[in-house]
Amino acid sequence: MKSILQVSNAEKAYGEKLALDGVSFDIPAGHFVALLGLNGAGKTTLFQLLTGLFAADSGSITIDGFDIAREPVAVLARLGVVFQQPTLDLDMSVGANLRFHASLRGIRGADRTQRIAKELDRAGLAAEDKRLCRELSGGNRRKVELARALLGNPSLLLMDEATVGLDPASRQTLISEVRSLCTERNTAVLWSTHLVDEAETADAVIVLHQGRILKYGPPAEIISAAGADTLANAFAALTGKDRTNNG
Amino acid sequence: MARQSTLSPSHALQGLIAISSREVFKLWNQKGRLFSALVRPSLWLLVFAAGFQNVLGISILPPYETYIPYQVYIVPGLIGIVLLFNGMQSSLAMVYDREMGIMRLLLTAPLPRWYLLSCKLMAGAVLSILQAYAFLIVCLLIRIDIPLIGWLTALPAMLLAALMLGAIGLVLSVYVKQLENFAGTMNFVIFPMFFISSALYPIWKLEESGALIVYYLSMLNPFTHAVELIRFAFYGKFNLISFAVVAVTLIVAMAFAIRGYDPQRGAVGKVRKP
Repeated sequence: MKSILQVSNAEKAYGEKLALDGVSFDIPAGHFVALLGLNGAGKTTLFQLLTGLFAADSGSITIDGFDIAREPVAVLARLGVVFQQPTLDLDMSVGANLRFHASLRGIRGADRTQRIAKELDRAGLAAEDKRLCRELSGGNRRKVELARALLGNPSLLLMDEATVGLDPASRQTLISEVRSLCTERNTAVLWSTHLVDEAETADAVIVLHQGRILKYGPPAEIISAAGADTLANAFAALTGKDRTNNG
Repeated sequence: MARQSTLSPSHALQGLIAISSREVFKLWNQKGRLFSALVRPSLWLLVFAAGFQNVLGISILPPYETYIPYQVYIVPGLIGIVLLFNGMQSSLAMVYDREMGIMRLLLTAPLPRWYLLSCKLMAGAVLSILQAYAFLIVCLLIRIDIPLIGWLTALPAMLLAALMLGAIGLVLSVYVKQLENFAGTMNFVIFPMFFISSALYPIWKLEESGALIVYYLSMLNPFTHAVELIRFAFYGKFNLISFAVVAVTLIVAMAFAIRGYDPQRGAVGKVRKP
């Protein structure tokens, strides 16, 4: 199966502190991969490298065949990102936020209108087009951010702790929606989280700890390799933490 | 998807329009900002200039061909301060956007980083020009004698000055990490630039009064040259030295800003831990 994301031996340090230490993995098209790690494991740093906000000190990152260091524009055109920190302009309407983003991606005219309508419809927010983002609930703001990330039909969708601050029902809805994109659109998804339950239904889980990948494989494989009975226990065994961190 | 790796002209134009429109929209929604942009120079013009017109005599000096009232003299300087404040405020908006996370969204758009920064710069310059013309309308209403043709001939000079001041603000936004620090930086940049320049008084007066250090600092201050470029342009004249200083400062500042925002080499990527 074709790999959409290839990370090879990526390293990143902040001064003396090594935030990512020789990280390597692939994600095939249509796969939902959970990046599971405790706070400070290096998840956000990895996302900064994948989105080109920071450059890796060494190693390579290729998305859909393009190297991010050499062809960042081509890489970014194939990426959809939902950041941990909300990035909607709250003083603009839902539609204006989407139109702004579509324009930055070079989507215009009738195509732009069509894509925005399609994504809002999919998110169940078609009636909210003219509402200010400030007036939306946290869950709906996240849905708008997801709709925005999908406007460019990305090959790879990056979700950076996107459920932070959401209630359990909104969390589950968001996961289901993203999960369905893998099958409907063959989009590869990298879902960053510190919550084990969000990783349980993933096609594969990357366990990241102190900047290193401890395990990468289907949840069942990780559970079995750790000699545990659940993913939560396997994660605790691998990272040496008790289950209070698992959420 | 096609293997697209270069920037198409239509995509580039669309990005520029989107970023500029957002800035104009934000200004329109912040009526107080527009109002204060007009009040500040108007106060200088109506109060300061009225009080000082009999104290500060202006001799005949280029580009003027006759004696002029002090109010006429300080108009280019006050336009300069409109551009200066807005240039710094656009950068403040960048620091705000970075703190709010919106900057991340912008920087992950499939446009080259240098182009995105240029769009931000251009958008800020558009706002500056709109505010400068609003101030010119105030000047017209209170019958300050500025040649009407100057409204047109000064446009390229005002644009270049706005770009230069915006580029300096961009460089500041690279190194200032928090909004609180930026407010202090503005005080250390705006006021020295404004007062140590020819905005309020001809700099020969500094030389004549023996304040030679301030005189030489004024000569080196790019804001002085921005003001002089605009002053000359109002009368259809071209000040080559001022043009050269403003253009070179713009290029150098923009180069530093692009380097600062470059994830491979810039200060933004090196200093901050996410």
